[in-house]
Amino acid sequence: MTTAPSAIARAGRSAPGQKSAARQKRSWKGPLYALPNLVFVVGLFVLPLLLVLQMSASKWPLLSGNKGWNFPQNYVRAVTHRLFADSVVFTLKYTVLATVLLIGIGLGLGLLVQESSRWKGFLRTSFLLPSALGLASASLLFYVLYSPIAGPFADVMQRLGISFLGTPTTALVSTTFLIVWRYAGFYMLLMLVGLQGIPVDVFESARVDGASRGQVFRYITLPLLRPTLALTTVMCVTGSLLAFEQFYILTKGGPDNSTITVVQLIYLVAFQGQNDLGVAGALSVITLLALVLINVLQLRAFNTGRDE
Amino acid sequence: MSTLTDTRASTSGARRRRSPFAQAAVRTPYYVFTGGLAILFLFPLVWTSVASVSPRAGTAQASGYGFANYVTLANYQAGIWVYLFNSTFVSLLTVLLTLIVTTLGGYAFARFRFPGKDLLFMGTLAILMVPYATLLIPLYVLLNRVGLQNSLVGVALVLTMFQLPFSTFMMRISFEAVPRELDEAALVDGCSSFSLLWRVLLPAVKPGLITVGLFAFLAAWNDFMAPLILINDSNRMTLPLAVSNLRVQVQGVVDYGATEAGVVILALPCTILFLLLQRHYVRGFMSGALKG
Repeated sequence: MTTAPSAIARAGRSAPGQKSAARQKRSWKGPLYALPNLVFVVGLFVLPLLLVLQMSASKWPLLSGNKGWNFPQNYVRAVTHRLFADSVVFTLKYTVLATVLLIGIGLGLGLLVQESSRWKGFLRTSFLLPSALGLASASLLFYVLYSPIAGPFADVMQRLGISFLGTPTTALVSTTFLIVWRYAGFYMLLMLVGLQGIPVDVFESARVDGASRGQVFRYITLPLLRPTLALTTVMCVTGSLLAFEQFYILTKGGPDNSTITVVQLIYLVAFQGQNDLGVAGALSVITLLALVLINVLQLRAFNTGRDE
Repeated sequence: MSTLTDTRASTSGARRRRSPFAQAAVRTPYYVFTGGLAILFLFPLVWTSVASVSPRAGTAQASGYGFANYVTLANYQAGIWVYLFNSTFVSLLTVLLTLIVTTLGGYAFARFRFPGKDLLFMGTLAILMVPYATLLIPLYVLLNRVGLQNSLVGVALVLTMFQLPFSTFMMRISFEAVPRELDEAALVDGCSSFSLLWRVLLPAVKPGLITVGLFAFLAAWNDFMAPLILINDSNRMTLPLAVSNLRVQVQGVVDYGATEAGVVILALPCTILFLLLQRHYVRGFMSGALKG
């Protein structure tokens, strides 16, 4: 598919078509074609979003439904939940760890397989294959792999006295390893796209000027890769802050509730035990606001960096 | 995977020309290192496939090699065929709905002007900004109200909605990449706007359709959280949920053999589709990366 990147680049340039707007038709058929899209967006996105706002301000047990407004009680109960502070701290810790590793390793793999050759094609396929698996499937796979009974490292770990999921620290590291395995190829791909956007002659002239490999990386590759790094960081932070499956399946939040993420807490409050959709709604709204805030801050940080 | 074009290969190759011996000395550690990495990435899948048919005490395959673990899996509760059917149904319905909604939507966004167009497009992309869990809890309540609680159709509707940002965007740029001269020629020939879409444009955006369909299938087949929250009836569980549940048998004993078999069944269609449609898979990510 030698033509695809350029085709996409071409399409991308003219994308939210302003320059071609003159040739777009005004017709009643336009809205008609967009109608299914509108129905989905309103019915399954806007409406639930409004409903979660209402839920977060209402007494709303799982089984008996809406019992009237009680703002701001749910929010107070959400932030004073005995696991709230722990889950926020743990989620942030996991996010930093996963983001640093995935961006670093994704970039490293991208640089490693940049040129095209048969061997590098094989490497790309190998790195990318885990990303086709579902996160739940991958978590189940590692659940067996990490098992002190059935895993391939069970004997070694027993002799060393280490358990993959037994202590808070090893559980965090083991889960992060699973995530790196599952997502590294995906980030490699995004880095490759960014790397290929850098004109070849920039590298050529730097080499002619006698720049070392390290200097080329530090002063040319990294700065020119900034938009890609910004995009991948925002994606990775968002994904990590919303982590659920990997911990739900691998650790069930254990040991001793040490690996409970914010989304797990929402699920716990809504469906396991407490059955309180009001408090779960309040937690959801808090998560949404925090996510928007964090993304705005990140984008701003990347933008001010660029102006220097 | 020669799917990513590269312009750099020839230049750097020509630059460093060493003697064959020196080249081997430089190359060997490189091959050892990268080969090791490839093994690291492939090992978990290979090991699980092998272990699922290998003997292990405490599993159905206690001695010798064979498919006893798969038999255990097949006989789990309602039977694996029920869960396979549920997963296939949800996945195919999601693919179908996503293709219909985003083909029509992409066509509308690429070729028409109408009030609220930009707002609707931005609203579609905004789905990406909202956490999964934030939407699933109110969706659980909403689907209950319209009688779609515990329904695989409900799950497919929700999964289609989550596919919209990527897929609508993908179809919009696919249609925009088709030259307008094609439309004009067809319209001059007396095509209606629908037969223009159906007969002329659809073949032209086929790669986009494949990418959108592939992503919708992988997302729906693999999704865990939507059926976890929206489905209570164990006969309507999808395969990932069933495999996750079958891990824990009576008295908390884990059937690792059956879990491995389940992972293999879950991974098989994804792996095959990935290897067959790799360039479409890669293109999906690339367009996403280019436009953010």
